Amino acid sequence: MTPALLLAQTADIDAWQAFWQYALIGLTNGALIALVALGYTMVYGIIELINFAHGDVFMLGAFLALTLIGAMGLEQAGAVQLWLGIGLLFVVVPLFCAVLNVTIDRAVYKPLRNAPKLAPLVSAIGVSFVLMNVGLLWHGAADKHFPDLVSRQNLLGENAAIEFSYKDLLVIGMTVPIMIALTGFVKGTRLGKAMRATAQDPVAATLMGINADRVIAVTFAIGGALAGAASVIYGLYINTVGYQMGFTNGLYAFTAAVLGGIGNIPGAVLGGLVIGLARSFGSAYVGERWTSALVFVILIAILIFRPNGLLGARTREKV
Amino acid sequence: MNKRQPAPRSLTAQLDRLPQWPLYLGILLLYPLLVYPEKVLFQWTEISVGMQLTYIFIYAILALGLNVVVGYTGILHLGIAAFFGIGAYITGILTVPAYPFGIGFVGSLICASLGAALAGLLLGAPTLRLRGDYVAIVTLGFGEVTRFSLRNLEEITAGMRGLNPIPPPTLPAFLATPLSWLGIQNDWALDYRLFYYLALGLLLVVILLLRNLERSRLGRAWVAIREDELAATCMGINAARVKLSAFALGCGLAGMAGCLYATALTSTAGPDAFDFSRSVIMLCCVILGGLGSLRGTLLGVLLLIGFDNVAAPALDGFLQRANINPDDNPWLTFSNWKLMCFGLALILMMRFRPEGLLPSRQVEAELHSEAQLHREGASI
Repeated sequence: MTPALLLAQTADIDAWQAFWQYALIGLTNGALIALVALGYTMVYGIIELINFAHGDVFMLGAFLALTLIGAMGLEQAGAVQLWLGIGLLFVVVPLFCAVLNVTIDRAVYKPLRNAPKLAPLVSAIGVSFVLMNVGLLWHGAADKHFPDLVSRQNLLGENAAIEFSYKDLLVIGMTVPIMIALTGFVKGTRLGKAMRATAQDPVAATLMGINADRVIAVTFAIGGALAGAASVIYGLYINTVGYQMGFTNGLYAFTAAVLGGIGNIPGAVLGGLVIGLARSFGSAYVGERWTSALVFVILIAILIFRPNGLLGARTREKV
Repeated sequence: MNKRQPAPRSLTAQLDRLPQWPLYLGILLLYPLLVYPEKVLFQWTEISVGMQLTYIFIYAILALGLNVVVGYTGILHLGIAAFFGIGAYITGILTVPAYPFGIGFVGSLICASLGAALAGLLLGAPTLRLRGDYVAIVTLGFGEVTRFSLRNLEEITAGMRGLNPIPPPTLPAFLATPLSWLGIQNDWALDYRLFYYLALGLLLVVILLLRNLERSRLGRAWVAIREDELAATCMGINAARVKLSAFALGCGLAGMAGCLYATALTSTAGPDAFDFSRSVIMLCCVILGGLGSLRGTLLGVLLLIGFDNVAAPALDGFLQRANINPDDNPWLTFSNWKLMCFGLALILMMRFRPEGLLPSRQVEAELHSEAQLHREGASI
C-alpha cells in the first residue's frame, strides 16, 4: 500500500484535502503499528527485554493467515462465508501467535532470566533469525500477494474528497476495540494488576504472592495475540506479505514503543500513531523512498534527546 | 575463593601449551603456493578455497573490529555492517574512474579507515552514554539509515548497482621480481594470490595491534568498563572517552575491511550487502568464538563465514550434481537454512556456552565463578 497510489485517483484535490487524506492514512497505518508496538512495550515493561522476535511472530501470523485463506478457499467464497472465514482468522491466528510467543519465552528467554542483560537480547535476535528462516521455507523468498478480500469501495461516496474505504474501517474497527479491551484488562482485572505490579518491581510482586512466571507467560501470550491480530489486519489492508516484513515492521513498532516511552501502554499507541503519521507525511512531502530512513532518524533522535519517550516517566536508571 | 589448584599435566596438555599459531600461519602462507591452481579441490567444490579465504581474512578484520566494541568494551553494536559499507563506498568514491580522485589503494585504505572511524565518533559521541540495549537499537537504526541513504543517494552511490570498477592496487616495483620467483603473476584479476597475501598481511597487522592494545592501559580500561562501568569510573577511568575510543577503533577497522572488500570485489556491491543480517552474522562470529577473545573471533569467522561462503555452496553444488533435489525443493538446499543456523548458533551459545568456543581466560573465569556463586546462592 502506498499512500501515493491511493492518492493517484484524486490528483486534482487541493493541498488541504491531500493533507487530511495523508493524515487519515497515517492514522490507519499508525493504529496497525501500535498493535505490534503494544507487544514490544508490554514485554519490555515486565522483563526489560527487547523482544526482537516479536516482529517475526507477526510475520508468521500473516503467513498462517495466507495459508488458511488458501485452504478455506476464501477468495471464491460468498459474502457470508467470507466474513465467517475472516472472523475465524481473527481467532486462529492470534491464538497461534500467542502460543508461539509463550513457547519462545519458555524455551529461550526463561533460562536466561538471571543472565547478563545482553544475553536474552542476543538470543532474541537468534530467535528472530530462526523464525525468519521458517517463513522463508514456508512461503519462499519472494513477496507474496495477500488476497484482497475487503473491498476498497469508498464509504464516503464515490466522489468524496477524502477516501475512507472498508479497509480503513476494518483497521480502525479492529484496533480501537482491542486497545480499549487491553487497557480495561490491565487497569481493571486482578491479572492486569499483577502485571503492573510485576513491571514495577518483580521481587516485591513475588513477595506479595504473585506468580511472576505466570504473569510473564500471560504478557507474552497477550503480546503474541495482538501481533497475530495485527498480522491479519496487515495482510487484509496492505495485501503484500514477505518473510522480511517482520523485521521492518517490527522495527517501526519498536520505534513507536520507544517513542511513546517503552513499557508504557498508552505511550505505545501514541507512538504508533506518530510513526504512522510520520511515514505518511514523509512519503507525501519528503519522498517515498526516504520514509524508512526518516523513521530511524526519529528513533535515534528520540533515544538521544528524550530516551524516556513522550509519555515515559523520568527514571534515573534509564540513561 | 576463586583460586583453582593446578591440575597435573598430561602429555597432551603439555602439547597444548606449545604455541599453535606458527602452524596455522604456516598453513595459510603455504597453501596458495602449494595448491595452485586448486584443480582437485575446485573440481570437487566448484569454489576456489583460496579466493574465499581472502574474503575470510577480510571478514576477520571486520569481526576483530566488532570484537573491540562488543567483546572488550561490552557495547552491543548491531550496525557494524554500516561502517563496513562506509569504508567500501569511500573506497569506491576515491578510486572509481567516474570520480576525479583516483587516489589508488593505499590512500583509499587510509581514508576508508579514518572515514569510518570518524562516522563512528560522530554516532558514538552522543549515544554511548545511553544504556546497553538502547545503544544496540541506535546502532541498528544507524545501520538501516546508512543502507537507505546509500540506496537513495543515487547521484553519489549509483544506487543499487554500486560503484565500479574499483582498480586493483599497484604492486611496488621491488616486489614484482620476488613474486615472479614464487610463480605469482602480477595480475590481480587473474591470480587471487596477490590479494590473498595482502589481506593476510593486513589481518596480521591488525592482530598484532589488537594483541598489544589488549594489554595496554586502554585495553584494560575497555575491559574494566565492560565488567563494571561504575567501578571503573571510580578508579579514574573516563568512561565516555574510553568507550568512544573502542567504538571508533572498531568502526575504523570495519572501514578498513570495507575498503579491502570493495577492492577485492572491484565493486562496492549494492547497499544491501551491508544490511542488518551482515551485522548479525558478524556478531554471531564474535559470540560463537568467544567475546573478547582474539583467537575465538578468528575461529568464529572461519566456522561461520566458512560455512556461508564455502561449505553451504559446496554442499548445494554436490546435492545438485548428485541429483538429489531434482524439483528444486527449497527445503533441500543448505543456503536456505543459513538464517536458521546463525539463529540457532546465537541461541544455543547464549544458553549453554556464553563464553564462546575459545573464550578469553578472563571471561571464562568470570562466568565460571558467577555460575558458581549462583549455584551457591541457589543452594542456600
